[in-house]
Amino acid sequence: MTALTDLGVAQIRDGVAAGEFSARAVAEAYIANVEAGRGLNAFVVETPELALAAADAADKARASGELKPLSGVPLGIKDLFCTEGVQTTAGSRILEGYKPVYESHVSANLFAAGAGMLGKLNMDEFAMGSSNETSGFGPVLSPWRRNDGGNAALTPGGSSGGSASAVAARLAPGVTGTDTGGSIRQPAAFTGITGIKPTYGRCSRWGIVAFASSLDQAGPMARDVRDCAILLEAMAGFDPRDSTSLKLDVPAWEAGLAADVRGKRIGIPKEYRIDGVPAEIDAVWQQGIEWLRDAGAEIVEVSLPHTKYALPAYYIIAPAEASSNLARYDGVRYGLRVQPAQGGLDDMYEATRAAGFGAEVKRRIMIGTYVLSAGFYDAYFNQAQKVRALIARDFERVWAHCDLLLTPTAPSAAFGLGEKMADPIAMYLNDVFAVPASLAGLPAISVPAGLDAQGLPLGLQIIGKALDEQGVLNAALAFEERAGFTARAEAWW
Amino acid sequence: MSVDAKTVRHIAKLARIAVSDAEVAALAPELSNIIGWIEQLQEVDVSEVEPMTAVIPNILRLRDDVVTDGGIRDEILANAPAAEHGFFAVPKVIE
Repeated sequence: MTALTDLGVAQIRDGVAAGEFSARAVAEAYIANVEAGRGLNAFVVETPELALAAADAADKARASGELKPLSGVPLGIKDLFCTEGVQTTAGSRILEGYKPVYESHVSANLFAAGAGMLGKLNMDEFAMGSSNETSGFGPVLSPWRRNDGGNAALTPGGSSGGSASAVAARLAPGVTGTDTGGSIRQPAAFTGITGIKPTYGRCSRWGIVAFASSLDQAGPMARDVRDCAILLEAMAGFDPRDSTSLKLDVPAWEAGLAADVRGKRIGIPKEYRIDGVPAEIDAVWQQGIEWLRDAGAEIVEVSLPHTKYALPAYYIIAPAEASSNLARYDGVRYGLRVQPAQGGLDDMYEATRAAGFGAEVKRRIMIGTYVLSAGFYDAYFNQAQKVRALIARDFERVWAHCDLLLTPTAPSAAFGLGEKMADPIAMYLNDVFAVPASLAGLPAISVPAGLDAQGLPLGLQIIGKALDEQGVLNAALAFEERAGFTARAEAWW
Repeated sequence: MSVDAKTVRHIAKLARIAVSDAEVAALAPELSNIIGWIEQLQEVDVSEVEPMTAVIPNILRLRDDVVTDGGIRDEILANAPAAEHGFFAVPKVIE
């Protein structure tokens, strides 16, 4: 018999509904995996009691015929989502011990749909990082290892690294992630799973610890496209408490799934062919192009001329917004307070923030402060916002020639812990393919495409027009059927 | 543009982050590198574009000017490092 932890979201939902197994048995199986997987450091907090309570409610609901869309499905929640009564740290020591008195809109939606919570997932501090190494609670390990016989510890990517590791290691069938500049897609690619960032505004940001508000967007990560569609449908929806929440009905994405790209024009942006990217990335991209062509799509070469400016624009805009958003950590209302003897209020602010924030967070706050400071605002921040407008215009123009774009998700496979920490810009380059869609607010998915010579997963990204999650999901499904990606990490942890 | 030690101390002050001399020495070249790298944006011709203000065209909604929550003082104070008499407590600011 298949282990219950080999079942994904759809299979659990359907199996519980059909009475093939109880929701409690599923929750117990996943809780056991979470405990056995502690060496991965994917969870900051475990909440088995909440997973079991939701499971028992699901079993009762089945008996009374009142099943909900996610009844019986236990999930991991990224520690960026405020969860009522459960510690929420955003991966930062400055929030250690903080227990929100309210629930984020997205997690509330998931729980209202019947899902349970296995725990809170580790992440880069305040989602600032691409390797999970900036977490105040230690790095997450990827369940994957290179096939060279070595035991080098690899990153699961970031910032949703705990989320990615948990799904890849079968500690959860699905999880929430957030994506500011690739934080769902890059870790999904590194760990051989699927993750979608929806159109900006689909998921409410209310109750998600803010990093860069004009970019932050929640999305699901899971083992396949269908599971992502199911979770996204539950997560999304209008929320008046987020002024950028889109007042639109949530489409029935799962019901609309069709592995059909016949007649679709898939754009291949030539600016995404950049120097220094391993040949294997190009090869898997070419393979992906062939798969979609084979599925009936028309492949067209297109141009997004401002692509190379996306990353530097992002590294002005995101730190600028972060420097403003993170001003709230002042030792007064929540979290850490460090009070120097003899010091006044300003000394307390400075000591608290010096002790509570890690190096990368301080670096980004200071860059943001610098680019917003008097005399530099126009040269940096306004210039970046104008370049951002040009990047968005590139996408608007390209839709005259194609319906979707296919690109690599990341410029490499997963790297080893410590390999890029000394050079911030080398780390930032991880998100070179992910950031343009973030700046333009477009839906984008990463799907597993294959393994490199070292046996590590590689992902490809499909970007769609604003609000066309269905087109993105359907192309991803057609891709997934042809890729037939079944590789998984052997358990060593 | 190169970020010198004096500038690092100034922006650290603006950002309310205490920095040691060693941190200043490390941050100055790091921030210079990053600022130097983002300066490539200056070569983009933006003369005919407005700065982007919304990713997806969206109208800022208005709602009736009525109280929609409140009366949760104790919940708001629940996570405060120091709270007294129903208020957040901070070091004395007035002698």
